[in-house]
Amino acid sequence: MQQYLFLIPVLPLAGFLLLALAGKTMSKRAIAFTGTGSVCVAALIAILLCTDYLSGNSGNAVYIQSLWQWFQTAELAVGLTLRVDALSLVFIFIITFVGALIHVFASAYMRADRDYARFFACMNLFVASMLVLVMADNLVLLYLGWEGVGMCSYLLIGFWYETAANCRAANKAFIITRIGDTALIIGIFLLFRELGSLQIPAILDQAPQRFSSGSGAITTIALLLLAGGMGKSAQVPLQTWLPDAMAGPTPVSALIHAATMVTAGVYLIARMHTIFLLSPLAMTVTAAIGSITLIVAGCSAMVQTDIKRILAYSTISQIGYMFLALGVGAWSAAIFHFFTHAFFKALLFLAAGVVIEYLHHEQDIFRMGGLKKQLPLVYYCFLAGAGSLAAVPLISAGFYSKDAILWYAYSAAGGNAIFWIAGLVGAFITAFYSARLVVVVFWGDRKTPVGSPPGRTMTIPLVILAFLSITAGFIEWPHNLLNVHLFSEWLGTVLPATSLRGGHPPEFILQIVAVVITLSGICTGYYLYFRNTAVLAQWKSSRFPAAAREFFFSGWKFDALYNHLVVRPFLFLTGINKRDVFDRLSDGIVTFSKQFNRSLSFSQNGSLRWYVAGVLIGILFIITIQLIL
Amino acid sequence: MILVIPIIVLLLGGCSCWLSASKRFVVCRWIALVAMLAGLVVFSSLAMTYRGGVNGTAWLIDYRVNWIPAIGISFHIALDGLSLILQLLTYFLGTLAVLCSWTEIRQRTGFYFFNLLATIAGISGVFIAMDLFLFYFFWELMLVPMYFLIAIWGDSNRRYASYKFFIFTQAGGLLMLLAILALYFIHGQQTGAYSFGYFDLLQTTIQPSAARWIMSGFLVAFLVKLPMVPLHNWLPDAHSEAPTAGSLILAGLLLKTGAYGILRFVLTLFPEQAAAIASWAMLMGVIGIIYGALLAFAQTDIKRLIAYTSVSHMGFVLLGIFSFREIALQGVVMQMLAHGISTGALFLLAGMLKERLHTREINKMGGLWTLMPAMGGAAMLFTMASLGLPMLGNFIAEFLVLLGTFQVNSTLTTIASIGLVLAAVYSLRMMQSVFLGPLAISGTYRDLSLREWVIIAVLSCSIVVLGLYPQPVMDLVKAALNNIIHHSSGGI
Repeated sequence: MQQYLFLIPVLPLAGFLLLALAGKTMSKRAIAFTGTGSVCVAALIAILLCTDYLSGNSGNAVYIQSLWQWFQTAELAVGLTLRVDALSLVFIFIITFVGALIHVFASAYMRADRDYARFFACMNLFVASMLVLVMADNLVLLYLGWEGVGMCSYLLIGFWYETAANCRAANKAFIITRIGDTALIIGIFLLFRELGSLQIPAILDQAPQRFSSGSGAITTIALLLLAGGMGKSAQVPLQTWLPDAMAGPTPVSALIHAATMVTAGVYLIARMHTIFLLSPLAMTVTAAIGSITLIVAGCSAMVQTDIKRILAYSTISQIGYMFLALGVGAWSAAIFHFFTHAFFKALLFLAAGVVIEYLHHEQDIFRMGGLKKQLPLVYYCFLAGAGSLAAVPLISAGFYSKDAILWYAYSAAGGNAIFWIAGLVGAFITAFYSARLVVVVFWGDRKTPVGSPPGRTMTIPLVILAFLSITAGFIEWPHNLLNVHLFSEWLGTVLPATSLRGGHPPEFILQIVAVVITLSGICTGYYLYFRNTAVLAQWKSSRFPAAAREFFFSGWKFDALYNHLVVRPFLFLTGINKRDVFDRLSDGIVTFSKQFNRSLSFSQNGSLRWYVAGVLIGILFIITIQLIL
Repeated sequence: MILVIPIIVLLLGGCSCWLSASKRFVVCRWIALVAMLAGLVVFSSLAMTYRGGVNGTAWLIDYRVNWIPAIGISFHIALDGLSLILQLLTYFLGTLAVLCSWTEIRQRTGFYFFNLLATIAGISGVFIAMDLFLFYFFWELMLVPMYFLIAIWGDSNRRYASYKFFIFTQAGGLLMLLAILALYFIHGQQTGAYSFGYFDLLQTTIQPSAARWIMSGFLVAFLVKLPMVPLHNWLPDAHSEAPTAGSLILAGLLLKTGAYGILRFVLTLFPEQAAAIASWAMLMGVIGIIYGALLAFAQTDIKRLIAYTSVSHMGFVLLGIFSFREIALQGVVMQMLAHGISTGALFLLAGMLKERLHTREINKMGGLWTLMPAMGGAAMLFTMASLGLPMLGNFIAEFLVLLGTFQVNSTLTTIASIGLVLAAVYSLRMMQSVFLGPLAISGTYRDLSLREWVIIAVLSCSIVVLGLYPQPVMDLVKAALNNIIHHSSGGI
């Protein structure tokens, strides 16, 4: 199996090259076949790899394939080497499998688009880069994938480039994530200076010997890596790009801005867990950022009216949960939430895409409604996804992953009551807006004329994802319910087990609290948006709730803040110096010599009287000087 | 001997271009192309021969004949890995410069190609001259024809730009001449043998106080060429007013002679003094990175914008050189190549746009992707290269420079890294206002022609190869760089 490792990223890459160079001459069928086929085959290989991993030598199996020496000089050696362990496999599986489903969906969804080839070229390049990111054996190669996905995200957000707003959104996404990326690369420099290596396994091996726990250097490194992760994963305060990123086509939002790329930060932290374990401060910061983000973004998701922006804020919020889990040391719980989240969030986005298409590009949920009857299949799929997002107890995948995070937020070594309460508040909010979404979009009366229903190419991926959104959680049960822990055992070879602190209440009590809160969130959403909408109307007219709504709606005014703090000063600074102050300096020299030249040439005017006067003045001057001295 | 042939071919070719043009001006571009290709073939075959290096020494070829023995001037040229790779770049970009002038130049074509070839001959000579008198000769040889290229075939403001270019570089050049003479006399008085030979002068021991001044003479000449902020302001004017091939040569090659000069002469002839100013030089490099990026963001003239990105990129070169680390120096060489290719390509694209739209103002462009998808794709690739996207050559360069300097001065390196963010800001702005957004012009415009497509394809392949498999280049220059570090290690 090991020798076929390279095919996983190379197949989508080949698809990209073919589509980018020859896409113009290909028929739509051929384009769809190339674009989708390459990812599907990669997914098949990934599944084979998983079964291979499971079947035989699953003890401490790591697949390594060295392609070629990338660059090597002095004490630095970087190879294009792929390395796949259990953690990478989870990510590879999600990227290729969910990616393949989304590609299939997109082959129908984007059918009418003029730039069909360009779309699939970018999507394939994205999948290839993302695979390189998770398969990299050293940090430089990881960074290659990391920047590659950023570029693809940029290209796809701005896919419909003729609208200036889309391009602005794309630029914003690229630049804000680049800020995080730069922190990451400084972290890489620091790691190299301290450890003399950029190989991930070597770093993880040597770090505990080289650094004492909590030392300044390791904390700095961990915080820099965290900052990199925050940029890509849209965590506060670098979250503002993700809602705008919804300018891209909906399959892009599903694949890049929900299921895979935005979780790159989670992967990075999990991959470098040894570094974080050495720095308790960085762990706490990670958990704190996760908790803040999940509430901040959750509040914004509650009040949005654009269906894609609701899902975008919800994505930020759910990644906040993953960061919270990472920060308290619940490594496998974080990855498990990534795993389930990828299914249900991709599903929600794709279903939203179907709805948007069906209603002739209507994105405002309050102009939707009554779709339950028109699109029953999509409705039930969406319901499965929303249920999973809300973490409906026992029958949704999201419950199993979120329950684990909430439990560890309180009881893990790094956990405490504050994180737990933040998680609970988030759970309430999530359940609330999930219910709101279902009720407003699918129930009630129809408000907008409808188009033609989706074809089978679009519904089959939805059904598969819906099935997984319900069942994917069954592989990892809470400790007190059932002794099935396939997922954490799978990751046990890579990530350390979560250690619990003493003195926590029984798991059962915490679970009951979480379940009650989730259910009450769903009920509140149902009550406010379906049973008794008058309450809401009354709130909207009173001052304080309206102001709060406005505040949340604008994403807590982060955009305005950055506009004042960074963008405007930057524009001012570059604006005043557009003509380059140093140019004025050298022009000054030119002006001076010209002036000097003019005054000297003035004296040489050919007039005899002038010269005689000059001679006389000179003589007088010399005599005077001699008299004085 | 083989080293001289390409230069002679270029000069002869240039003369015959000039002579033949009066009869049939189509002939001269073919002559120019063949002359460039001949040089490219020679140095490619040399690169294949010496890719493993020669055991024991950094020097691959050494050729020397007496020229004016009475005052110690010899025609001494020598080739090491660094020179070889820069020669390859020179003839590579030279060939493309001929190709991109294929139809652009319609008046005084013969004289144009004469100047083009003479400039390339001068640059080619600079990279191999090992006699300081000869070096200065080539240094001037590349300057004067370049002045004509700007002054005759430039854009509307060409007189101002060409004067500025000439005065800035000539002032620096004269200081270097003074420094060379000072070095020559000090060496002569010490040993009794007067010589301009680089290897002789390496042995000179100079009073520190004198050495500081002599080094400054060299350094100013090279820093003007590099350029270092605040000596950079000839560059935006010259680059934006020059014809396309002129911009290509200026950005791709002329700036590299500054970096080469510092590496070859300043670091080795004056190791202690170079070490003494190292942190200041690195600081100036960082200032250049940030300042160039800020200026680039503000420009609305596309060629001026690209010119300021050059200032920013060359800041990395200055930063890397004065860290005296092998990793960083490898990055410097890589930056010289990658910047030559990527910025050269951007200038070519800007030239193609100008040919079609007759403007350089980006506010008058927009949405061009719709009309010219192939050109848009190429621009996207080189924009990404310019902002340092991995997979492309510039990333390797910037990564190595920053990684190497971080071990020496982490604060400055961290500040320099801000340049990576700023690079994204200005690059994306350029991309957006030219190729993306709503279509701002009407009419029909041709996408890349076959000739243009070939040029762009060759450049694209090179930048990708440099990004994914830079190892051959690094192996080739390793010995030369170690030699430089060895000579300068007395100072550390």
